[in-house]
Amino acid sequence: MNRKYELVYVVSPDAGDDQVSALHTQVDETVTRMGGQIEKTDNWGRRKLAYEIGRHKEGTYVLEVINGSGELMKELDRRLKVLDYVIRHLVVRVDEAEAVVDRTRSRRTETSRRRRVARGLPPERQPGEGQRGDGDDDRDDRFDMGGEL
Amino acid sequence: MPPRKPTGSRGRSSSAQGKDQQRRPMFRRRKVCKFCSDKIDDINYKDTKLLMPFVPERAKILPRRISGTCAMHQRKLRTAIMRARQLALIPYTAE
Repeated sequence: MNRKYELVYVVSPDAGDDQVSALHTQVDETVTRMGGQIEKTDNWGRRKLAYEIGRHKEGTYVLEVINGSGELMKELDRRLKVLDYVIRHLVVRVDEAEAVVDRTRSRRTETSRRRRVARGLPPERQPGEGQRGDGDDDRDDRFDMGGEL
Repeated sequence: MPPRKPTGSRGRSSSAQGKDQQRRPMFRRRKVCKFCSDKIDDINYKDTKLLMPFVPERAKILPRRISGTCAMHQRKLRTAIMRARQLALIPYTAE
């Protein structure tokens, strides 16, 4: 069963660009060998770390969006742990979270459209209409706590 | 539901209310959840610009009672911040 994962790894600043690209091809090989594919690669370049890791203050961040199985990610995780010039890495499963985001977004546009039509307006927002969005469409009407808190 | 004990708490609450009424003139704007009002569905760990306002100087996560974030979004915010911390995008502590 293939799922969508995000893998971010931070490469030590001592490693050169060629080492980073070598690591990428290595990851790519592992992915294809285990029946997955890389959907997207994004090199964020060299960034300052929020805290020192070992003696490093900077790192090269690379993001890979991977379609693959859990075993594949486990294998990648294991391999990245072994490499000492990868100072940090993180694997996150994203397909479910993305589905939830899509669902809430489509539900919201759908309700706002329906309400606009019910109010006799065109379903899409017109340019230059209302400054604060459709405001009354999804204003929350929780009990106002007044001056407390 | 068990009946509340009428002693103690009742008296205290009424006195607290009295104090509240004295303080009423001090008006505070009701806090709203940033993510609900801005319609941000996806709280992503890669988006440090979005997360930074919720980790002030000491780099602790801003509590809900101060930021006004709703429970659902605070949970999502928390996971995003913890992931970002693992990748050294956001600090754990301030030096």
